[in-house]
Amino acid sequence: MLPIRLACYGLRSVAANCKRINIGALSQITRKFSSDERPQFPGSRSQWTEKLEFIRPDLYDGIPVYRVMDRKGKVIDPSQDPQLSQEMVIKMYKCMTQLNTMDRILYESQRQGRISFYMTNYGEEGTHIGSAAALDPKDLIFGQYREAGTLMWRGFTLDQFMNQCYGNMEDGGKGKQMPVHYGSKDLNFVTISSPLGTQMPQAVGAAYSYKRAQNGLCVMCYFGEGTSSEGDAHAALNFSATLDCPVIFFCRNNGYAISTPSKEQYRGDGIAGRGPAYGMLTIRVDGNDVFAVYNATAKARQVALNEMRPVLIEAMTYRIGHHSTSDDSTAYRSVDEVRYWDERDHPISRLRNYMLSKGWWGDVQEKEWKENCKRQVMTAFARAEKKLKPNWKEIFTDVYHEMPSHITEQLKQMEEHVQKYAEHYPLKNFSKD
Amino acid sequence: MNLFQAINNSLDLALSSDPTAIIFGEDVAFGGVFRCTVGLQEKHGKSRVFNTPLCEQGIAGFGIGAATAGATAIAEIQFADYILPAFDQICNEAAKYRYRSGGLYDCGSLTIRAPCSAVGHGALYHSQSPEAFFAHCPGLKVVVPRGPIKAKGLLLSCIRDKNPCLFFEPKILYRSAVEQVPVKEYTMPLSKADILVEGDDITLVGWGTQVHVLREVCQLAKDQLNVSCELIDLVTILPWDKETIAQSVKKTGRLLIAHEAPLTSGFGAEIAASIQHDCFLNLEAPIERVTGFDTPFPHMFEPFYMPDKWRCFEAVKKLVNY
Repeated sequence: MLPIRLACYGLRSVAANCKRINIGALSQITRKFSSDERPQFPGSRSQWTEKLEFIRPDLYDGIPVYRVMDRKGKVIDPSQDPQLSQEMVIKMYKCMTQLNTMDRILYESQRQGRISFYMTNYGEEGTHIGSAAALDPKDLIFGQYREAGTLMWRGFTLDQFMNQCYGNMEDGGKGKQMPVHYGSKDLNFVTISSPLGTQMPQAVGAAYSYKRAQNGLCVMCYFGEGTSSEGDAHAALNFSATLDCPVIFFCRNNGYAISTPSKEQYRGDGIAGRGPAYGMLTIRVDGNDVFAVYNATAKARQVALNEMRPVLIEAMTYRIGHHSTSDDSTAYRSVDEVRYWDERDHPISRLRNYMLSKGWWGDVQEKEWKENCKRQVMTAFARAEKKLKPNWKEIFTDVYHEMPSHITEQLKQMEEHVQKYAEHYPLKNFSKD
Repeated sequence: MNLFQAINNSLDLALSSDPTAIIFGEDVAFGGVFRCTVGLQEKHGKSRVFNTPLCEQGIAGFGIGAATAGATAIAEIQFADYILPAFDQICNEAAKYRYRSGGLYDCGSLTIRAPCSAVGHGALYHSQSPEAFFAHCPGLKVVVPRGPIKAKGLLLSCIRDKNPCLFFEPKILYRSAVEQVPVKEYTMPLSKADILVEGDDITLVGWGTQVHVLREVCQLAKDQLNVSCELIDLVTILPWDKETIAQSVKKTGRLLIAHEAPLTSGFGAEIAASIQHDCFLNLEAPIERVTGFDTPFPHMFEPFYMPDKWRCFEAVKKLVNY
């Protein structure tokens, strides 16, 4: 029996190609070709219906949330426990708590006018550490702005974080950007930019490059539920699927885009609900469950690379902190709501309870680590604050690969001006070389 | 070769010499709506020359990411008129990638090509010359070839340039501009204006299609006014070759800039402002701009809209008699 596709070429070629087929079979092929058993439109792949029925999305329950632990940190189905080593789990815990400590100090430093701006990661530490731990350190990360834990996991030092926030002469970004716009070539973390969602189609292009290079690596793209409304998000999801790119899309659905709650951001089943529409493997997970995040990311990576296709993970979580130091979230949500998540469903406490149940942690270690951690953060902080800013002439560098003459001209003009009016410029804060 | 064949040749050479090079955009697989990519998928394979979904912001973003991760990314935007959805990716991202990362990351191996300018019947959305929008964005390079020989060399230079480049191809020249294009591989320098005709009385500056219009103006001026024009093709809009123009204006004392794009804030404005600054005492007359009007590009009225040779000729007359 010939496949239906061949039948579409026309009866003459069918006949020419299958001399051995008997008349009975031929008439069956004819029937298949001219019957309306399935729609033949190039753009669809389904069946006919004679019922006038609209799909009612409000009648469907959303895609379920995958979890390993309950809210208290107790593993529910032991087969889902990734059975990570004590060393690994403690590292995860220390990373999340160090992030939390660094956030507290740097948020406060902005309040005191020491740095211009800051964004905390409170409540979302699990999404960072759980996912980063499941990647290869060489997988390229494109972030939005609330993924500092992934950088910390990979080894970005406290000094490096602080230098960027202070924009001092040791900042890898040469003082060009606002705080929290981190980047690291060594740690394969693409420099953060403020426009939302722009990283998403870029992640797809990078993944395509990696696919062609056959380097066994994938690309990880983080974004928030608010960002998923941007046109670039749609572009990215569609391109990744049509071009078979090994990219993991990780959505941190933390319930708020500044003051806009998720129910004002979308009407459908969140971001996971869109994945199947793009033809993409999709899962929704409990973002406050480090092991659930870890398992989903590990599996996503495997699929992305073995099958050369994108995967969408929507990690449900809650933004415990304000959007940034420019935001006071009490203006749009209740303190009670925030307190609930802080006290009843926090990635750090859940992991701690798991560690306690395994006998891997206790009050003594907790106290010791807390003090140690705070001291490390404070000393890095003091170091960063003392350093000079980069030489002001850095304004003119890296616009292009080489400095064109018109920029050199402007640099020279400014040099002359600064020389003449030196006392009106804060030169003592800036490096001379 | 005509212009699209020269571009096709240039792309072929780029793909042949650089195994990381890829070409992508709408309809590039079958050869492109202007045939610039004919035969390339067949020759270099589906993983290197491929269609993307219909989404300019996606094409630009994808290109940036591919370039950042090590590929030589050559994107096609079907018409320059449709590059605007990609503006955020091009100006907020591509242009600033190197600067904002302190040099840690860049998308220098990205080139975006797009057909531009009037074609006779294109109207609002198939005739635009958007070079001025991008000239205002530090970090980009913007190039406009005047013909096949320049296009082949300039495109290869853009592809190999370590900065994100926009390459606007005047679509009316795709078939009509035919030259003896060298078959071998060659590049041409960016940011270097070409003096095509030497003269003493007035400097004429244009780019793309307008260069050919101005060439006719040179002849008209010589025949009817006994005026010797110096014709300069700017070639690169950003970074632009101010020195060549300034040197010429210091000699002639008069400058006429012509472009299809609308008058207000067209690139002629930048040239005029810079040249009046650098050559103030050399000027014998105000700097004149002959351009499209400050209206969208109309359909039926194209012959009246364009900065044609008669409007340019009239401007030359005014300037030499100032």
